[in-house]
Amino acid sequence: MAWESLDRRTPVIEPNAPPVLSEAIRAKIRSFFPRYETKRAALLPALHVVQDALGHVSWQAMKEIAEVLEIPPAQVLDTISFYTHFWTHEKGRKVVVLCRSLSCQLLGADAVRQAIERQLKIGEHETTEDGAYSFVTEECLAACDHAPCLLINERLHKCVKPGDVPKLLADPNNDRVAMPRSELFDRPAGSAVESKGGA
Amino acid sequence: MASFEPVLTRNFGVENIRSIDVYRAKGGYKAAETALRSMSPEQVVEVVTAANLRGRGGAGFPAGVKWSFLPKDRRITYLCVNADESEPGTFNNRALMEGDPHQVLEGILISGYATRTTTAYIYMRVEFHEQFHVLQKALDAAYAAGLFGRNILGTNFSMDCYIHRGAGAYVCGEETGLIESLEGKRGWPRIKPPFPAVEGLFRRPTVVNNVETLACVVHIIERGAEWFKSIGTANSAGPKLYTISGPVKRPGVYEAPLGLSCRELIFGDAYAQGMSDGKGVKGCIPGGLSVGVLTEQELDCKLDFDDVRKYGLLGLGTAGAIVIPSDADIRQVLMNVTRFYAHESCGQCTQCREGTSWMYKIAARIAIGAGRIEDLDLLIEVSQNMGMMGGLSICGLPDGAAYPIRTIVEKFRDEFERHIRAQEPGRAAEVLRRLNPAAYSLPILGQSRWVGVR
Repeated sequence: MAWESLDRRTPVIEPNAPPVLSEAIRAKIRSFFPRYETKRAALLPALHVVQDALGHVSWQAMKEIAEVLEIPPAQVLDTISFYTHFWTHEKGRKVVVLCRSLSCQLLGADAVRQAIERQLKIGEHETTEDGAYSFVTEECLAACDHAPCLLINERLHKCVKPGDVPKLLADPNNDRVAMPRSELFDRPAGSAVESKGGA
Repeated sequence: MASFEPVLTRNFGVENIRSIDVYRAKGGYKAAETALRSMSPEQVVEVVTAANLRGRGGAGFPAGVKWSFLPKDRRITYLCVNADESEPGTFNNRALMEGDPHQVLEGILISGYATRTTTAYIYMRVEFHEQFHVLQKALDAAYAAGLFGRNILGTNFSMDCYIHRGAGAYVCGEETGLIESLEGKRGWPRIKPPFPAVEGLFRRPTVVNNVETLACVVHIIERGAEWFKSIGTANSAGPKLYTISGPVKRPGVYEAPLGLSCRELIFGDAYAQGMSDGKGVKGCIPGGLSVGVLTEQELDCKLDFDDVRKYGLLGLGTAGAIVIPSDADIRQVLMNVTRFYAHESCGQCTQCREGTSWMYKIAARIAIGAGRIEDLDLLIEVSQNMGMMGGLSICGLPDGAAYPIRTIVEKFRDEFERHIRAQEPGRAAEVLRRLNPAAYSLPILGQSRWVGVR
């Protein structure tokens, strides 16, 4: 068959599943409420908080976010499906985002892409078997002066050459920026599923 | 031009400029004090209007005029700072935010005062991680110094400022798309009118300005409208951050008066200093992807708000130049451009949603060596019908898609035709048949047999 049909009888969310959002995460989401006139406006920050803490935003997490924000779950799904940053299924601990826009392509992003795919043995939108890396390409990362550039979680790597890729991906600290940080969007302490690491 | 003194980038590279004390020692927040203590909001708007500060985000709408559209009897006003920089080739906002974050905040403070803003939101794209931390730290310091919050600088003006992080959508750089996104919805631009100045964020009067526009406000207050107008050309006043990328010797951000020629930007000693590896220039996209392309012969185009239109371009855009080297395959360039718009179209208006993906399919076909001469006319026809006709779509994205695609096809038509003629004969039909068997399994007139489906 050319298409797959969805099984609509099995519920996506287990009826009696324990909540996935801890009280700390909920408190963090609520801390964004005073900033906006409506609670719905805190949805993007909430999704960021949840994704940073849990790795991705599952259907159950969406439903619980809807509870916290007092909006229908459909509105959460509506919003989340628009933005490319959010993952609704499991992703790797580190996400490699390669810029594919014109400046980077002119300076050899295609070769970098092949090097990444060779090194990680995955294609775009795939995750390595050990769950360490996911690989995606994105439109312009606004660092065209350092083309070709790629982002690993929150750290931008500039002027990447295909030969640098194996070393870059082997470096355990390739995803954190060492600088004075604001904790505003960082995951709340003690709330995270620690086995996820990274974030 | 030799007498031009950079102002927006004057603090770039100063040690510890991200700290508020260093910024103040450099004369920072003086303009804000002048504005808040000795001027009324209306006077600030007047000065900015007199300076003819045109928006730096792409459309070039005068900022002071935009502010004056706010209804007089409003109680709540929002200021949205557009830091959702995602136009390919553009990175001047990033440079401003990481190079001199307090300058941006001072611009927000003055503009917020001028518009009697109650809350300012900096809508920053999520890929800016480092810039977020830099700006948030600067914002925390500014709050602690009493520059945001209640009764700023001892006056009775109060304003809050928050950073709101986006989630990866080009269309959220459009002002109403940004507002929708801030409200927690999909970033679908709204139908105008009502314009945001009347009914914007949370249905309150709202002003949306680019980061660079607000940074310019600081210097207009500091040095006056006359100084600002003395820079640049008659209709395009002020300094502008030009960014240049591609295979040039020194890609980066350069501040220059508006009206810099594209050739000067690429080859000038003060700017990119020519092409790397001795490559030639095939063309240049001078103002962010959406404005269109200039050929090598057209490089003398002045990059201001008016001159670019003489070359069939959409406008100045963001002044982020991408240089296309002579050895680049124009088919790949076209495919990259069309893919961008096909990916970033928000999907509300039919002609944009369908047109951008259709053009991507055509461009991809040409790029894999299965193009037809008539595809070039088809691309131009689609781009004509999609953008360029006013009032057909909710936002400017289809225009932004139509201009680069049309100009690339028109200005490099010879090259496309050369490539297409060099294809092996029958390749186009074969690939098309494989890609879309249904459409090509029709009987060909005058033949008795069916063209087979495989």
